[in-house]
Amino acid sequence: MAQIELKQVAKKFGDVYAVQPMDLTIQDGEFVALLGPSGCGKTTTLRMISGLEAVSSGQILIDGQDVTWNHPSARDIAFVFQFFALYPHMTVRQNIAFTLEAQKVPKAQVEKRVFDVARLLQIEHLLRLRPKALSGGDRQRVTLARALVRHPKAFLMDEPLGALDADFRATMRAEIKRLHLAQHATTVYVTHDQIEAMAMSDRIVIMSNARVQQIGTPAQVYYDPANLFVARFIGSPGMNLVKGRYTNGMVQLPGANQLPLPERWQAAIANQLSSEDVVLGFRPEAAKISADGVLNTQVYASALHGAYAMLHLALDGEKGETMTHVRAAKNTIYPIGTPLRFDLDPQMVRFFDPKTELALTLA
Amino acid sequence: MAVVTNPQVDKGSIEKGVNYSTRVDKVGGRVQTVRTIRITAAVMLAFLLLIPVFWMGATAFKVRADAIATPPKIVFKPTLEGLIFLFTDRSVLNQARSKRLKARINELNWYERIALEGGQQITGPSEYVTRLRNSVIIAGSSTILAVALGLLAAYAFSRFKVKGESDLLFFILSTRMLPPVVVTIPIFIMYTKFGLHDTHIGLILLYTVFNLSLTVWLLKGFMDEIPREYEDAAMVDGYTRMQAFRKVVLPQAITGIAATTVFSLIFAWNEYAFALMLTSEKARTAPPTIPTIMGRGGMEWGTIAAGSLGFLIPVVIVTFALRQYLLRGVTFGAIRQ
Repeated sequence: MAQIELKQVAKKFGDVYAVQPMDLTIQDGEFVALLGPSGCGKTTTLRMISGLEAVSSGQILIDGQDVTWNHPSARDIAFVFQFFALYPHMTVRQNIAFTLEAQKVPKAQVEKRVFDVARLLQIEHLLRLRPKALSGGDRQRVTLARALVRHPKAFLMDEPLGALDADFRATMRAEIKRLHLAQHATTVYVTHDQIEAMAMSDRIVIMSNARVQQIGTPAQVYYDPANLFVARFIGSPGMNLVKGRYTNGMVQLPGANQLPLPERWQAAIANQLSSEDVVLGFRPEAAKISADGVLNTQVYASALHGAYAMLHLALDGEKGETMTHVRAAKNTIYPIGTPLRFDLDPQMVRFFDPKTELALTLA
Repeated sequence: MAVVTNPQVDKGSIEKGVNYSTRVDKVGGRVQTVRTIRITAAVMLAFLLLIPVFWMGATAFKVRADAIATPPKIVFKPTLEGLIFLFTDRSVLNQARSKRLKARINELNWYERIALEGGQQITGPSEYVTRLRNSVIIAGSSTILAVALGLLAAYAFSRFKVKGESDLLFFILSTRMLPPVVVTIPIFIMYTKFGLHDTHIGLILLYTVFNLSLTVWLLKGFMDEIPREYEDAAMVDGYTRMQAFRKVVLPQAITGIAATTVFSLIFAWNEYAFALMLTSEKARTAPPTIPTIMGRGGMEWGTIAAGSLGFLIPVVIVTFALRQYLLRGVTFGAIRQ
């Protein structure tokens, strides 16, 4: 396995950037997800690493070796496509062996390696079939087998679970994760599904509008989003973001609410904020409903999510223009219109500058 | 409690089996009536269309008297006269010579005897075989060339950013817009100057160029249908683009290749006007030859029919060999494979 390095890699289609210059180092054996909405440039980035797309500028290094202009076949990487791309005119065995034939591996060894990987993925009984005869999950296993059989330097996966049924996706997610750990395989994984990215990755690269928004561990991007986009994009629902004004140690919020600023944020806000405008951010689970809470709201709607209930609370009372999502115990009923007070866990409060959209940081 | 079986279920499964679809839209009464009507119509149409072929086949084995009989004879005594006349040059015998020849009938072999019954003496082999061979060589080579070049061009148009792609494609198509006959004279003059007149290579070139517009356009349609991901996969699997093209794209384009091959072959095989103008002896193909049979010893309908039948066979063989790909191919990829 290998380390992959992107140095100021960019892709332009005409005058438009599909990928703004980006730097990224993927460590040996690391699982990195490229996450973002469609059209954000994540697949283009993956295709540039594979060599299927030429870079417009920048350098790509695999194990310290510059492969920027190497043909895809010379990079020793495996690619798993969203729609499988299993060769329809070959049997499963031929599909898996195809890449070994390109490397001129001796026949006896091909047989053994195909069989070994088939056993690993439990598809031995399918080797004689054509891809057409397989179910979606089995096709996915065969594509994985095709990638695994060659012991490549890295795996590149482009939404490999996107074409599968929802419940089967969870199973395959676990299987891919286990394979990754067992093979110690450097993996770059493109997805638009944040749950997938959170569940599987060591690190997540969040992209939007051709730009990298944040690179971090799942916990980092969840608790400390770098900007408003990441705050909204990660989590379902995303982080609550409430516009307010900062004056005299207090954050003025809609509905005449006032939040005393946690002490450790005072300096940060004073130094980093460009005006009085500020955006308060907190996760639904950061709110604690209590009779003497500082924030005063009204229940706008409530939805039972099974293990907990999600309350939609209007900070500005009946108008319902400033909505926040708050987690509550599943067994309490909050009728619509009920006035409600809640507190925020000071550890889980974040602030953003609405002008730059960036998160404020503690020194 | 006694086990009760539903007799209705039993009866149903025994009498009908359950191997076919029981969807309402497949077994409803109206559907079956429509299907019956459709099949009947198809059979009748096929019968109607095959009458000329049957007529030609029958005439090929008729003696001249039978061939021109009114009302036409459906039942007749078959003869090989047409075939023998087709493959030979003959002279027509007058009564005296015919009598003399009949006297030494024992010295003649079987085909000479049949010719004698038709009142003719065989003087040597005809040019039919050479001409048919020319047709096979010219139509075959030009088809292979046109399809091979068309495949590469279609692949390039389908996969790469080609500058002025739509203009180029239109230009290629525009070569079809002029009726070919219009350019016969200029091409004739060009060919005489270049020494291409009456050569195999001359006609092969011409038919290839004419067929290229067809093959490029048809094959581009088929190529567009094949997802790029297959080549991408093959390339990361360690193959060059050309290898990926050969090992992954070509096998999937086989229906399109088969359909295109048949279309180009039929054009090159049937072409008459250029073959007549641009060849005289050496490279003359079958189409301009068959009408000239008419000139010898009156209307030899049996011979003409036999010649046409022989002309039909190679195309039928190729089409038959490719038939399993054609049904899917001629729908032009309307059906997802």
